[in-house]
Parts: sequence; C-alpha cells; structure tokens
Amino acid sequence: MGSVIGLECRECARSYPAAALHVCEFCFGPLEVVYDYDELRQVVTRESIASGPQTMWRYRDLLPVDDPAPIDLGTGMTPLVRADRLAAELGLGELWIKNDTANPTGSFKDRVVSVALTKARELGFKVAACASTGNLANAVAAHAARAGMRSVVFVPHDLEQAKIVTTAVYGGLVVAVLGTYDDVNRLCAELAGEYPAWAFVNVNVRTYYAEGSKTLAFEVAEQLGWQAPDHVVVPVASGSQLTKIAKGFRELHRVGLLGASPTVRISGAQAAGCSPVATAFADGSDAIRPVRPATIAKSLAIGNPADGWYALEEVRSSGGALAAVTDAEILDGIGLLARTEGIFAETAGGVTIATLARLAEQGVISPSERVVAFVTGHGLKTVEALTETVGPSVTIPPTLEAFSASLDLEAGTDPLLR
Amino acid sequence: MTATVRIPAQLRALSGGVGEVRLEGSTVAEVLAALDSAHPGFSDRLFEESGKLRRFVNVFVADEDVRFLQGLGTPVTDGQTISIVPAVAGGCGPARQVVIC
Repeated sequence: MGSVIGLECRECARSYPAAALHVCEFCFGPLEVVYDYDELRQVVTRESIASGPQTMWRYRDLLPVDDPAPIDLGTGMTPLVRADRLAAELGLGELWIKNDTANPTGSFKDRVVSVALTKARELGFKVAACASTGNLANAVAAHAARAGMRSVVFVPHDLEQAKIVTTAVYGGLVVAVLGTYDDVNRLCAELAGEYPAWAFVNVNVRTYYAEGSKTLAFEVAEQLGWQAPDHVVVPVASGSQLTKIAKGFRELHRVGLLGASPTVRISGAQAAGCSPVATAFADGSDAIRPVRPATIAKSLAIGNPADGWYALEEVRSSGGALAAVTDAEILDGIGLLARTEGIFAETAGGVTIATLARLAEQGVISPSERVVAFVTGHGLKTVEALTETVGPSVTIPPTLEAFSASLDLEAGTDPLLR
Repeated sequence: MTATVRIPAQLRALSGGVGEVRLEGSTVAEVLAALDSAHPGFSDRLFEESGKLRRFVNVFVADEDVRFLQGLGTPVTDGQTISIVPAVAGGCGPARQVVIC
C-alpha cells in the first residue's frame, strides 16, 4: 500500500488517514481511496502485471492493501469471451462478455470481499460480517473460512434453500432474521455501531471493499491487449460496481497503462421492478427516489442505492444510458446468453443482456462500437427463476421406438432438433 | 409557525447535546436558517457552498424526503416535525439508516 496517500471525502474533499473509516465526519459523504499516481507510474508496468499471479491480485499495486499474502481463493482473471453469435442476434459488431460467473463462489463479490477482508485483517478486525441475499454472503463466508476468521452473515429467513446451503457450508454463523431484506439491512447498520470489532464488509469497510470492482476494468483492458472498450454495460444495484469500473479505466490511463485517454461509454442495467437509477436517468432528475423492490433479480434489488448518484453521473458524463427491463425480458436475456454463448447467468446477468438488447435496438449502442457486457453471477444461484420455463424437451420410456416416435410427434417443429 | 427539528446524534455537539429543537419558520429553509442562528455551525454541515442541501444529508418533513416535496421551499405547518438524517451507511429511508449490499 505504499502508493495509498489516504482517504478523501467524495463530496467535500476532506482528507483522512487510510484507517477503519468509511464516512466523512463533516458532511457524511463516502470516503474514497486516494493513490499517488505519479509513484504508481514508476512502479506499475504491463510487464510487472504480467509477471503477477493469474488472479485479480496481479493488480495489487492498484489496490489499497499492504499484506503480501492477501485472502484469496483464486479470484479474477475470469474469461473475456468474444460473443459473435449473441452479437449477430442483437445486430451488434464486436461484442465481448466478461464472464465473472467463473469466480470461486460464482460471482464478482469475490473481488470486493477479497480486498475487504484482507484490509479488515490488516486493520485488526477479527470477525467478517455482512447483510446479504446470497452472493455477498457466499463470498464473505468462503473468504473468512480461508482466512480462519469468524464470519457472521445476516440473511432474510425466507431466503431460498440453495443460498443458505452455499453460505452455511463454510461453517460460519448464518443468522436468519425474521423480516425482510430491508429489516436485515437496518439491523446490520445498528450492529455495526454496537460491535466495532466486526468488519461489515459493505458498511464500515466499504471504502476498501468497493475498490475490488476496479479489477473488472483492469482485466478487460489487459485482455483486450491494453485497450479500453468503446462501451460497457454494467448491472446496477448499489451503483458501486459501475462507478468503480469507470474509475478503473481512468486509473489505467493515469498510471500510463493505456495509450490514449479512454472514452468508455458506460451504460447501466436495472430491473423494472427496482429501477431507481434508471428512473432518475429517464426523468433527467438529480434525485434518486427510493423504491420498494419487486423483481426476480434479487441480487440487484436495492431500492435505495448508496452509489446511485455517482453511477448516474458516470453514465451521463460518458454518454451512456440506463434501461429498466421487465422480469420477462430478464428470463429471455438469460436464455439468449445461454443459447448463443453457452454461459449460464443468474438473473442479474439476464438484466445485463436484456439491457444490452434494448440499447442495441434503440441504437444507443452502435454496431461500430467494441462493447463489453459484464455478467457477474452464476445461473446456478437463481435456478428457481427458470424452473417454470425450462425443463425436459420430451419424456420417454427407454426404447428406440419411443424415441423415434417422439421425433415424429411434431414434424418440422421437432423439439429435439430445433 | 413553530416546528420541531430532530437533530441526529452526529450533529448534537452543535446543539449542546439536545436531540430536538423548536424553531420558527414557514418553510424548511427558514426553519433551518433559524437553527443556524440558534446554534451556529449547522449550515456548514447541512449545505454546500451553493446553498444546496448536501447529498448525504436527508431532510424529512412528516416522513417525506423534501427532495420529493418542494425542496428547501417546502412549507412547514405549525407543530410539524423536521428530521435531519445523515445517510451514514449508504442509502437512507425515512428516519432510518440502511446498509447497502
């Protein structure tokens, strides 16, 4: 962390040391990590990165930690896949999918948690905690297990069984709260004050946690041969990931790793059942009105997004757009990505692909652009969303006759040969 | 009009430790100006130099965010409560702190 100068309020620019702080004492704005970019220009080269591990930690100089042995499950350097078949369906040109479903616990949350808990351990926290509906809980429990830290994860009591299992298996405490996700969140805000030795990764370590998402931009640029894309499509929950992807491209330029100053258009994807940022964008408003979420994209169901303003600013200033897609479009998006590229995304990925389709149709994304869509969670996490629309094409007894008969059932529209 | 302004814990050093202050004014702006007159220092913490409410400071009149009413020009009726609520943990709903995943 030799290159970290300290923390700075995003709102009033007051400076703070790089300690266990996350909010400006004066104006309550969020704190941002500030680096010495002049020093980083001397230290970080394409070669130094290439000689690092095949994980997100190859970019450690650009992350706010000191520990030479970070808490790592092998996160990052996920595939960037050229998606020609999907591009053809959508009338786009050069399209890439950043397949972040390939992380150890199946979502991009491994990136932010790896940074958050490494930093939390440095700062002396003994317990890893969070409020979550799934992806974050998986990542916190797994990384805490790896580090030998105690974990306490708070979830709504009516969470799907699969999400409980994929968190509880790591052996930490899983606290099922009798209430909604909002109730869980409020409880954790109070607990963070009562248990100052606990690192609630997305509350009191949030300043460091959020930096992990920059590695999505770093990897995309490196995988494109140290070039920035023209346009990215990013799912928006709190808005932090989108904001940090934009910061990531800017940082690469500042430290001299990208030749030309990147002009990446940043577009955001939300579900219509929870679209406070997309609504503000459509209304031309600066105020983001909180909503009560009602969507199958539960990992994006944040009605009151902490970084919504900043995400909106990044989208507007970069010439991007935001769209809000329906649950039906989300399911179509999951199916389209799976059918054309062999990638199974969770509902949030369906939101990204449906938004990509919408923006392509509207001409917001042009066929001349090099586009990267971020698919950030694995489909096995949200299988429930698809059980009514996907199943066996046909069910037969184990005989040749039965199989042949099933082929002939609907000549021309045979389900097995479509 | 007399309104009751609820002061969050983080700002009570400015109000001599008290959590509620009764003040005169017919709009939110007038009441908050009266607050700064009674307890100097509040305006610096609540407003940007341009006079706009700081982004991470929320002000509620009868549990509705003034950004969705008439902003600082929102009228205040006699006996109403104005709550100042910093969005400390991230997002913020009426009179509550919310953590964001």
